[in-house]
Amino acid sequence: MKREIVKFLLFAISVMVAPLIFKGGYLLNVLVFVGIHTMLAVGLNLLLGFAGQISLGQAAFFGLGAYLSGILTTTYSVNPWLAMALAALTVGILAFFIGFPILKLKGHYLAMATLGLGIITYIVFNEAVDLTGGPSGLSGIPNISLGTFVFDSDGKNYYLIWFFTLVTILLSLNLAHSRVGRALRAIHDSEVAARVMGINARLLKVQIFALSAFISTIAGSLYAHTMTFVSPASFGFNFSIELVTMVIIGGLGSIYGSFLGAAILTLLPEVLRAFQDFDIIVYGLILILITMFMPGGLIRGVPTGLTFLLSWLKRSRSANA
Amino acid sequence: MQLTEQLAQYVLSGFSTGAIYALIGFGFAIIYNSTSIINFAQGEFVMLGGMLNYFFLTTLKLPLIVAIVLAIIFATASGVLFERLAIRPLKAPTPLSLVIITIGGSILIRGLAMLIWGKDTHSIPSFSGSEPINLAGATILPQHLWIFGITLLVIGINKLFFNYTITGKAMRACACSRKAASLVGIDVKRMVLFSFAISSAMGSMAGIIIAPLTMTAYDVGIMLGLKGFCAAIIGGMSSGFGTVLGGLLLGILESLGAGLISSGYKDAIAFIILLLILFVRPQGLFKKTETERV
Repeated sequence: MKREIVKFLLFAISVMVAPLIFKGGYLLNVLVFVGIHTMLAVGLNLLLGFAGQISLGQAAFFGLGAYLSGILTTTYSVNPWLAMALAALTVGILAFFIGFPILKLKGHYLAMATLGLGIITYIVFNEAVDLTGGPSGLSGIPNISLGTFVFDSDGKNYYLIWFFTLVTILLSLNLAHSRVGRALRAIHDSEVAARVMGINARLLKVQIFALSAFISTIAGSLYAHTMTFVSPASFGFNFSIELVTMVIIGGLGSIYGSFLGAAILTLLPEVLRAFQDFDIIVYGLILILITMFMPGGLIRGVPTGLTFLLSWLKRSRSANA
Repeated sequence: MQLTEQLAQYVLSGFSTGAIYALIGFGFAIIYNSTSIINFAQGEFVMLGGMLNYFFLTTLKLPLIVAIVLAIIFATASGVLFERLAIRPLKAPTPLSLVIITIGGSILIRGLAMLIWGKDTHSIPSFSGSEPINLAGATILPQHLWIFGITLLVIGINKLFFNYTITGKAMRACACSRKAASLVGIDVKRMVLFSFAISSAMGSMAGIIIAPLTMTAYDVGIMLGLKGFCAAIIGGMSSGFGTVLGGLLLGILESLGAGLISSGYKDAIAFIILLLILFVRPQGLFKKTETERV
């Protein structure tokens, strides 16, 4: 337990210190997005990695958070914090109720249902032009402020977002190492066996689905206030797949792995900027290769690979001696 | 237009899109029945059919029949390649990894199509002209007749194949029980290959016959694939009339919804139907409830 706390403190400190090292500019902006994506990936990991429930519609909750916050603060001039709380609660409750019929499904049926949910939400974002501004998006969303302090620059938004992300990571780590976390992993392994042991699998799955939606909605609200502009394009099927890729690359069931996956997939397009349209091919390839050769994700694959490499080197050296 | 004429129009156009969904749904059902895999990349083979046909027809200026045959051959080849490279080497096929790999495959195929042919939408001339035909107050195009005809033909051939040939029966045996099938000497791996080949061939055929009506581009595969899956689910993943009825039902409901309610939400209607079916009757409308051994 102490190791976990130390790990987290080290991680939190490096996050806090990072902007001072990577001074400002474009990289800071990218790191803000790494924060948002990490928050989303961790939320999805709880559902996908721990409970083993395939969800291909996570972008829908992200979008709902962004749009609800955006609409409440622009059209109805609601306080951003209140709007964020309202959005998160509404979507969380909605997800709770939708969760019951959806999570009766398993495997690819569940995947398709969440996919359908994501696409329906995306279509609504595009079509309800009066409310959402349609494909041209919703602009003029105010920045969040704390009293007189307005979060209007990359540097300030970085700390705002990473504060929430660190809280999410802390809570998820706590959840993972608790009875609930073990129950989730039991459900993942074999739902029937978990039920036989007395775990209320149905309720727990729905609860984690709602929690994951809640986290994504908050991430969406923060995104809206950081960007001051949202459009449906960011909340489609492609982004849901990107999130799943992040979780898988990092490693299912590993919280820090989700950070790794989020960081890699947020930085990768920047690196691949020269090959603009190649990124979609790279995602597909990464998905296939990681699933085939490193199903545990990088967080387990890299140490295993390194250990293997080291022992191979040791063997060849002793053979030559 | 009178309401009855409007309804007739919606129903007829729904029939033809429904036939396409049925064809695509067949592809899903065939693979699922022999391997228990849902091939999320199915829609991309539909896209490949249309795009390859456009390529052979317009860029290489080959005659229509040659272009169609070549398009089907190439699409089938990519289906086989996909199975060989992405599905077969998988050592621990959990449902999640299969879903992820087939999604990855679909992204890859879509990306390659985008790189090779660009993002533009392309149109292909109809097979036999675009003179509208009047039928019960509604208008249909000759291409619609082609769609009905070819769909019926393909489904008929499938029925014959699965019921009266050794290979077809072998594939059905694999669907029932892989172990038992291999015990009686069936090469299960080869049957899996065949199922991928057949479904990519059927999918590409669907793409070819719909392309003159809806134009083709590198990203038409996603929606078509999902709706084909919806048709398969309604039909209970059967390799027979269930999927056909499922496709027709979906096509007609979608068309009626688009016409009577709103065309912007047309796709949403199809997915709402999908969600309803999954919530209420996931085994499809035409199958009895299955029980699973724990």
